[in-house]
Parts: sequence; structure tokens; C-alpha cells
Amino acid sequence: MQALTDKSKQVSRKPMNFMERMYLPAIFKGMVITFSHIFKKKPTINYPEKKRPFSPVFRGLQILNRDEEGRENCTACGLCAVACPAEAITMEAAERQPGEENLYREEKYAAKYEINMLRCIFCGLCEEACPKDAIYLSETFTPADYQRKQFIYSKNDLLIPHPKENPTAYQQALGNRPKRESVI
Amino acid sequence: MMLLSIDLGLVIEKLVLIVVVISASLVIAMYTTFAERKVAAILQDRRGPNRAGPFGLLQPLADGLKLFFKEEIIPNLSSKFLFILGPALAMMTAMMTSAVIPWGDKIELFGRSISLQIADINIGVLYVFGVVSLGVYGIMIGSWASNNKFSLLGGLRAASQIISYELAMGISMIALLMVTGTLSLKEMVLQQQAGNWNVIYQPLGFLIFLICAFAECNRTPFDLPEAENELIGGYHTEYSSMKLGFFLFAEYINMFISSVIMATLFFGGYDMPFVNETLLSPNMAALIGIVALMGKVICFIFLFMWVRWTIPRFRYDQLMHLGWRILIPLALFNMLLTGGVILYFHK
Repeated sequence: MQALTDKSKQVSRKPMNFMERMYLPAIFKGMVITFSHIFKKKPTINYPEKKRPFSPVFRGLQILNRDEEGRENCTACGLCAVACPAEAITMEAAERQPGEENLYREEKYAAKYEINMLRCIFCGLCEEACPKDAIYLSETFTPADYQRKQFIYSKNDLLIPHPKENPTAYQQALGNRPKRESVI
Repeated sequence: MMLLSIDLGLVIEKLVLIVVVISASLVIAMYTTFAERKVAAILQDRRGPNRAGPFGLLQPLADGLKLFFKEEIIPNLSSKFLFILGPALAMMTAMMTSAVIPWGDKIELFGRSISLQIADINIGVLYVFGVVSLGVYGIMIGSWASNNKFSLLGGLRAASQIISYELAMGISMIALLMVTGTLSLKEMVLQQQAGNWNVIYQPLGFLIFLICAFAECNRTPFDLPEAENELIGGYHTEYSSMKLGFFLFAEYINMFISSVIMATLFFGGYDMPFVNETLLSPNMAALIGIVALMGKVICFIFLFMWVRWTIPRFRYDQLMHLGWRILIPLALFNMLLTGGVILYFHK
């Protein structure tokens, strides 16, 4: 029969000689191999203490962005929810009242903004769809939890820390990655 | 009252010694389970348990606690008495062997000279063999009482395996006895302390003894009684909670005890090489002796684990073939050879 590849090898069926039948040399050879593994570097990382660096294009947990004065960028246009292939995003829009100019950047804002992290596939299409530079995929991933409802992240969980009130946390949340040029 | 003039100090001293030896072997067995997981991990380029306590040192305590709090399930159709007797017997026989082992030389305490051996009986080796072969009863009774075919198969395998390997072990032992001329373990250690270790006179005997010890402890490559992939858990399939813990624990105690026995019989027991114990104070000598014995035991336990994580399990017919057609003739040949050499040199 024609072989598909040239990798097939004929199995040797010749009877074992005396040394091979003693098994002990072979066992000893195997033990030397396992012993040599004691000195090998372990590929495992002690996870919570030490974290593996992510690739620069890593897409993790979403964050809702604020501008430099700490106003929310999101205008609840719904483009991210439309773009979302997993239908993970829900939102409710509301009108900005007078006196709330320091909270929201434009006249319309998201009163409710939820992402179901069990549905989300972290494709990043919401980030691409957003015309207001309001949603980004960060460099962290969703932590484990005990209940399903804990995975529906509300606006409080998603919003980036305030840049004026908590600048260090804001810088940390921004990450080290260069931002895409704003679409606007 | 004069008739009852038993030295009370002796009784207390022996009781203390028994408590110390048993608790020490329990603790050592506990940490052997930890060491097994750690060694397995290291040999497989993993890290092993390192979460409970520093370096994971509290892991065996956590494991024990878990076993204690697990639900106790006794199968409805099992015979309850035997079901409980099985693990108890396995544990008891595992502990009993430690009675005749000389853990060290004498120590001087409170003006008394205390021998670090619970009982120096002149048939020590026979006693060890007797108790070790009782160990299979725990497994057999437990597996029979489970009323489960997998358990029963595991028990059958354990029984036939131990019977087959006991023979070769005994015969290799006879050759050693011809060299030493005594059955007392203490006497053997003293001889090895004065002269050479027995492994120099009996290398083949030691090899046979080692292989048989692996089989007696149900360790890989002879762990057929608990072959997971064909018998689920073997003889402890139906066991849960601390009764399962007892079976697993007994295995580790057996491993510890057989390491001690191999060290005592072939590697000089508590004899520290290149150190002349007679020049030291007795307490110091005893301490060095215990350290030496434990060092040898740790080496053997590591060997047990090293082999376990290197070679796969035997097939059943291979096991029987090795036992009956290779090891027993080899042991007989070794006995004959030893006898011939002794006769020739008129030792």
C-alpha cells in the first residue's frame, strides 16, 4: 500500500536480547531521565503573586472612559450594543439635567450600562463601534465569582476611576498601551 | 508484694517509647504523602502543593482534616463489622512492625540507660515477616466486605501478589541470615557497625528484597490492587472518609517501615558511616544514630517515589511471571551461592 507520508516507520519485532529482557538497565535509564527533570526550570507561574505579561493586543475587561475632567464619555448611542455579536450589552439612556455638566460630557448619558461578562466574547467590536471614545478593552480579565448574577457588570464596575479624585488608579486603569487615535 | 517487683521505670520507659515511635511514624507518614505530591510535581516539572502554609507544609493537615469531615458511607449490602475491621487491621499491622526496629543505640536519661528499641526479641526478622504478611488481611477483608466486584478483584490481586513476592523475599532473607547468623535486628546492626554493611555481601539479595518490598507495599510498578484505570480504586473503591484515609495512610506507613527495615538489614541501620560511635558520649552517639537512620530512610522513600513516577504498572501476567519465574529462582541461586561461598571460606 502506498504510504501517505514518508514518516511511517517499520516496528521492530525482533526478540529482546538478554540485557533488554533484564529490564533493569531500561528502568535505570528512565529514572535518570526523570531525575534530570528535578533541575529543569518549571514553566508554571505562581499566579496571584506573579502575573504573566499580556500581549500588546490583549483584549480584557471593558472599561468606560472619562475625559480629563472626569466626565463620562458615553452618550448611550447604542452603537456598541448593536455591534456586539454576543448581545452582552444593555443600556438605558437619560437626559443630562442642569448642574450635571461636571458628570457627563454631553447632553445624553447612559443611566444604566450593563455588560454580561458570561456572554461577552471579548471581540472588541464595541471598542471599534464607539464614536465617543467611551469604551475600551483593558488589560485585565474577568475575575472568577460564585454567582451568575455577579457577572453582570453595572456601570459602577465598569467606569474608570476619576482622574482628579483618584489619579493613580486612573493612570493604572489607562494601562501602558498606546491609545488608538480617536475617531472624532 | 515482692513477687510483683516489676521495674516500674521500665514500663514507663517502654510506654513512652511506644507513644513516641507510633506518633513519629504517623507524622512521618503524613509528611510522606506531602513529599509524594511534591516529588511527583518536581519530577514532572510542576510546582506541587504550595498554598497551605509556608511551602505548603500544612497541606497534609488540611488533607487529614478533609478526610475527617467527609461523609462516612457504609454500603448497604456490605458486612458492616468486616467493613470497619479492614482498614483498622491494615493500619494496625502497619504500625506493629515498628516494635522490633532498633531506632538507635542506648541513651542515658535520668540515670537510666534506655534502649531505643521497643522490644529486642531474638526472632526480630521472623516477627517482621509475620506481621507484614498479616497486612494483606486488612486489604482482603476490606475488599471482601465491600461487596463490590472491583474491590474483590483488587483484594484478590493484593493477596496473590503478596503471597508470590513473600516467597522470594523470604529466600533472599535466608541468604542474609546465613551471612549474619542471627535473627535479631539489633544484633545485625551491631555486626554492621563493627564490620561492613550487609549490602556489600548481599547485593543480589538486596536487589531481590527491594523489588519484593515494592510489591509488598503495593507501590508502582506493582500497584495492581488499586489500578485506577481498570479497577476504579481497587480494594478501597467503596471506602470513604477516614476509613479510606486509613487505607491510604497504612500504605505510607508500610512504605516508611519497609524503608526502615531495608536500611536496618542492608545499610547498617543507625550506623553512621565514617564515624566511630564508641568515642562519643552515648547520648550523642544515639542522636547521630537516629539522624543516620532517618537519612537512609529518606533516601529509600525518595527511591520509592522516584520509581513510582518513572515506570508504568506491570500487566498481571507479567507480575506473576516476574515473581515466580525470575525472582524465586534468582533468590534460590543467591542462597546457593552464599552457602557455597560460606562453606568454601569456612566463615
